[in-house]
Amino acid sequence: MKLLDSRYGGLLLLAAGLLLLPWLAGNAYLLDVANRIAINAIIAVGLNLLIGYAGQISLGHAGFLGLGAYASAILCGSYDWPAWLALLSAAAGVALLAFLVARPILRLKGHYLAMATLGLGMIVSLVLSNESALTGGPDGMAVPGLVLFGWEPQGERAWYWIFATLLLLAIWLAQNLIDSPLGRALRAVHGSEVAARVAGVDTTACKVQVFVISAVFAAIAGSLSAHYTGFVTPGQASFLHSVELVTMVVIGGMASTYGAVLGAALMTLLPQLLSGLEDYEMLVFGLILMVSMIVLPQGLLPGLRGWLQTRRAA
Amino acid sequence: MMTALLELEHLSKSFGGVHAVQDVSYRIEAGAVHAVIGPNGAGKTTLFNLISGVYTPSRGHIRLRGEEVGGLPPNRLAERGLNRTFQNLQICMNLTALENVMVGAHLQLDRRFLPVLLRLPAIGRSDRRARERAAELMSFVGCGAYLAAEAAAMPYGALKRLEIARALAAEPQILFLDEPAAGLNATETAELEAVIRRIAERGITVVLVEHDMKLVMNLAEHILVLDYGRKLAEGSPAEVRANPDVIAAYLGAA
Ligand SMILES: Nc1ncnc2c1ncn2[C@@H]1O[C@H](COP(=O)(O)OP(=O)(O)OP(=O)(O)O)[C@@H](O)[C@H]1O
Ligand SMILES: [Mg+2]
Repeated sequence: MKLLDSRYGGLLLLAAGLLLLPWLAGNAYLLDVANRIAINAIIAVGLNLLIGYAGQISLGHAGFLGLGAYASAILCGSYDWPAWLALLSAAAGVALLAFLVARPILRLKGHYLAMATLGLGMIVSLVLSNESALTGGPDGMAVPGLVLFGWEPQGERAWYWIFATLLLLAIWLAQNLIDSPLGRALRAVHGSEVAARVAGVDTTACKVQVFVISAVFAAIAGSLSAHYTGFVTPGQASFLHSVELVTMVVIGGMASTYGAVLGAALMTLLPQLLSGLEDYEMLVFGLILMVSMIVLPQGLLPGLRGWLQTRRAA
Repeated sequence: MMTALLELEHLSKSFGGVHAVQDVSYRIEAGAVHAVIGPNGAGKTTLFNLISGVYTPSRGHIRLRGEEVGGLPPNRLAERGLNRTFQNLQICMNLTALENVMVGAHLQLDRRFLPVLLRLPAIGRSDRRARERAAELMSFVGCGAYLAAEAAAMPYGALKRLEIARALAAEPQILFLDEPAAGLNATETAELEAVIRRIAERGITVVLVEHDMKLVMNLAEHILVLDYGRKLAEGSPAEVRANPDVIAAYLGAA
């Protein structure tokens, strides 16, 4: 636990774990699960900056993910763009969109912000299902493989290294932001918005920056996951998916980067483990969420940490 | 007439039918300790909220060194050297004591987005300096014992001083203190008085709202008296004390 608190301790620990994993669980199915966990974890780490640190809710982040995924699908599939250019353009486009909508949206508070981001996500999701000529409509569309300067990752293992590296990079960037004056200002906004503003913090600008960063994380994860799975559907941009992403952050532990990773892992694994239960899957899923929120309201990782500390003290 | 450091002109703020501040005009010259007094609900905090940009004036002007600043957001005023503390504590309980003070130094820090994201060395350097300076300021206001404390673990009296340290970290030219002595015992109040004196000696113009008349009379060179949102009187402590309207307002309120 102490290691997790130091600056690079957690990152090194995770890197070691990620290095060992393919040897411990090397079959394609498990690696595929690991890859999907990593994709979700990248998004959750970004979203945690917004929810956990900036104290802002977004119910539309699947929209950014969807935009990233479809940008790669359309630009590479229909226009033969190189994958890296499509990915970077998607990221830049989403950054711009997030920036433009952020100012008016982030001026809103609480429920209004939730509604505004929800609306944004819905618009994206609607456009993706309705513009059939471009997007393939509700059926979705196929995405060509990722070709990076002549190299194409083949199979789950090659992709695993890409996602593992990106997850570490995402965590590093997030931690840099958190440990900075900007991160402190964000946490201050959470603690007392008026105090932060009087101290000179341009709270709107801070929130905008974090909103943009978290949207870009989602867009990049979306782009890559589109190449990885080879298919995109409008469901990826749906409200339900947005809620799932928020749940990862909340269940893992708000304002805890590794909590977000843990939350992403759980939310990806649980449906796999519960799939045998067929009709009752959603029910059990909901129950687990409810119970964990009642027992560990701060989220899993902070909650467990607190529990360990009190046990050690006792 | 020379331009005052801060000038209020016919300043008014209404909340629906409540005229919290009505037609207040007042000049604050640089380098003095000013006090704003008045019975509960007189509009003192509202006046501070107007000046610090927390509220937008309904009518009237606020000029800082001659520049109209009425309606500017608090962070823009902080950039112009104006800072404040709060009557009802506004401490970030999710931060450590030291971090709270460092938030006050926000504007002094290197906080460019890309260097921050990539953790370039310049960011760390500027942050370390701010940390040292924050520790100095905590000792300066008498919070030296709480350098390693979480804000949430500190007693009320220390938190009131922590707010002063945070405001000082912004290196303000004019500092507004809203009831800094409220809830403090006699010893703490005496310490506070010494702290405010030292702040004034640093050349910072201090404006305080206070119900503790002894503190006000000891410190203030100029006093503004509010009653029902209006200016009742202003002047030196002796003038204000002798003013029959002031006496009536205070006796009436008591
Ligand atoms: N945000 C607000 N909305 C509505 N009314 C308000 C608001 N802020 C202040 N008021 C009203 O304005 C009047 C002045 O309040 P204010 O807090 O400025 O008084 P004060 O002089 O600071 O009093 P105290 O000595 O008790 O702190 C009161 O009647 C108060 O109820
Ligand atoms: Mg007040």
